[in-house]
Amino acid sequence: MGYVAVKGGQKAIERSNLALDYDRIKDGRVLDVADILAGMRPLVDQVMSESSLYDEELAALAIKQASGSMEEAVFLMRAHRSTLARLYYTNTTSTKSMFVERRISASFKDIPGGQLLGSASDFKQRFLDFDLLNETQEQVRETAENFEKKEFDAPVMNLRQLPKVIDYLEEEGLYTSQPLNDREPDDITKSSIQFPTSRSQRLQSLTRGQTGAVTSLGYAGIRGYGVASHPNIGELRVGELPLHVSDARHPDEEDQAYYIGSIITTEVESFLPIDVTDKDGKTTQSFAVGYGLTFGQNETKTIAMSVLDYSLEHPVDGYPTSDEEFVLLHVDSVESTGFISHLKLPHYVTFQSLLDGIREIKKGGTAE
Amino acid sequence: MNYQGNYAFLDENSKKEIRRTILKAVAIPGYQVPFASRELPIARGWGTGGLQVSLSLVGEEDVVKVIDQGSDESVNAVNIKKMITDTTGVDTTIHTIESTIIQSRHRIPEVPLTEEQILVLQVPLPEPLRLIEPSERKTKEMHAYGEYSVSWLHIFEQIVRYGKASMQSDYPVIVNGHYLMAPSPIPRFDNPKMNQNEGLILLGAGREKKIYAVPPYTDVVSIDFEDYPFETESFSGAACRMTGLTDVFLDELQDEKTGESYYLTNDQSYMLEVLNEQQNTVTGGGTHE
Repeated sequence: MGYVAVKGGQKAIERSNLALDYDRIKDGRVLDVADILAGMRPLVDQVMSESSLYDEELAALAIKQASGSMEEAVFLMRAHRSTLARLYYTNTTSTKSMFVERRISASFKDIPGGQLLGSASDFKQRFLDFDLLNETQEQVRETAENFEKKEFDAPVMNLRQLPKVIDYLEEEGLYTSQPLNDREPDDITKSSIQFPTSRSQRLQSLTRGQTGAVTSLGYAGIRGYGVASHPNIGELRVGELPLHVSDARHPDEEDQAYYIGSIITTEVESFLPIDVTDKDGKTTQSFAVGYGLTFGQNETKTIAMSVLDYSLEHPVDGYPTSDEEFVLLHVDSVESTGFISHLKLPHYVTFQSLLDGIREIKKGGTAE
Repeated sequence: MNYQGNYAFLDENSKKEIRRTILKAVAIPGYQVPFASRELPIARGWGTGGLQVSLSLVGEEDVVKVIDQGSDESVNAVNIKKMITDTTGVDTTIHTIESTIIQSRHRIPEVPLTEEQILVLQVPLPEPLRLIEPSERKTKEMHAYGEYSVSWLHIFEQIVRYGKASMQSDYPVIVNGHYLMAPSPIPRFDNPKMNQNEGLILLGAGREKKIYAVPPYTDVVSIDFEDYPFETESFSGAACRMTGLTDVFLDELQDEKTGESYYLTNDQSYMLEVLNEQQNTVTGGGTHE
C-alpha cells in the first residue's frame, strides 16, 4: 500500500457549486426570464453593452443565472460569445437612419427636428413607491392600456430621418467634420489592441467597458483630471438602428444587402472647445466632438464614453484620463473583476518565495 | 451539465489562430506575441492564457496533467482539468512522466520534462519590465532595443538598500541571449530548470493577451551580477518530513499540536511517487499503479 495524498479539491468544488445553485432557488420562487426582460430593461441593456453581444433574451438568462450579479452576467455572456463563429460584419450604418425614441440637446434650445424626451428617469422624483409592494397584474394591465389609449398633443415629427445637431454647427463654420472613414475597423476581439491605438480600437474598448468604470473615469476627466472644460451634450439620441449585411455576391450594391434586424443604441455627441492654429500661426477656438455609442439605453455610460473619447483624441500630458493605456486597459469588466478575484486563489509558492527573500535580507543585515 | 459545444470549447478558427501564435512564439524565444485572447468560462486571471494554449493543442491522444501550487488536487487545478476533460474527453494523470501536456500555475515539476512533453505555464503578468515601466508602448520599445539596463539597476538598488537582491518569484531571465522574460510566478528555485530544458515550455497570459515560449534546449539565464550571483530560495537545514528530500521546493507548514514548523515536498505527485518507492523498498511489496 502506497501513500495516498489527501484529495478534496474535486468534492469541495462540487459542494460549493451545489450551495450556489441552492442559494438561487432556496426561497422557492422561479424568476422568469420574461420578467427580467420586461421589468429590468436597464440591467439587460448594461449586460448587452458590457458583453458586446446584442441578445436581449440571452442577457436576461445570464442575469437570472447570475442571480442579478452584473459582473457574473457579463462574464457568462462573454464566455458564450467565445463559442460563436464570427461570420460577417454589418455594413456601415449612419445613425441618421435611427428610428428615434428619445433625443435631447443640452446645447441648443431649438434643434432642427425638435427635442423628444421619450422615456427617462431624469425628471422622476426619486421617492420610494410603496404601492409597488402590492402591484397586481390587473392594475398593471389597466395602467398600460390607459397609457396606450391616451392621445398626446404632440407635433408631428419624422422620427426616421432626423437631422444631426452637429450638422448645424458645421453649417455655422464652428466645426469641421472629418472625412468619413468607412474602412473595416480593427476588431479588438480578433486581434489584440496595440499602442498607439486606432480610434476604432478605442471606441470598441470604451463601449465594452464596465459601466461604473467608464462613468468614474469620465467623471474624473471633467472634474479636473484631463478635460480642460465642461463638455456640452450636443445631442443624445436613443433609438432603433437598422442593420444590414451585404450580399457576398454583390458586396458593393447597397440595395442587395440583407436587413438583419434593428438594435437599440444610445449615441452621444459632446461638444468641447479646442484651440485651432491656422497656417499663419493665428489661434482661434473651434469645437471638437467626443463620441459615444453603446448597445441599449445606457445614457450615463455613453456620455462618459464621449468624454473619454475626447480626452484620448486630445490628450493633455500628465493626466490619467488622457493616457490611453491607463483608460483602455482598465475599463473592461471581465478583465478587471477576473484579475481582482484571482487574489482569492492560493499563492503559497510565491508567498514562500517572498518569505524566503525577506528572511534572507533580515539575516544578512542592512547594506553598508 | 452535459457539454454539447465544440471540441475543446473554442471554435476551430480561434484555436487555429492560437496555434499560429504559438508557432511564432517558438520561433522567437522569449518574445511576447500578442494574440486575441478569448473569454472563457473561467475567470480572467485564473489561468485563461494557459487554458487557451492547452485547449488549442490538446488532441484525443493526449494525456493531461494540471498543477496549481505544486498540487493536482488544488481547487483551481481541479477546475481547469475538469474544463479540459468535459470539453474533450481526454485522459488525465497526476504522474508527470505519463503526461503529454502539463498545465501549471506557479511551478515546474520536480521530474525533468522530456522531448515528448509540453509544459504550459499560466502567466498573470508577462511583462518583466512592468514594475519599472507601466506603459506597454514603452516596454515594447525597450524590448526592441534590448534596453534592459533598468532591470539590472532595479537589482542594484535592492542590493544598495537591503544588502541583497530581494527579487522573489517571477525572477526575470534572458532567453536565448536576447529577450528579457518573466518566467511566470514560478519560484526562483525553478528558474534553472528552464535552462536547456528538453521539453517545450509555452507561457500563456490570457488577460494580458500574450503568448511566449522557451523552445527545447534553449539558454535561459537569470539576470544577476558577478559579485552578487543569482540565488534560489534556500531551504538549508530543512527536509521534507514525509520523504526526507532536500533537493526539492518545500512547503512550510505548522504542526498544530507542537506549534513548530515543518516542511513537505511542494510537488505532491512527486512526493507520492517517492513515498511509494520508499515504502516498496522497505516492505519489498508489489508496485503501485
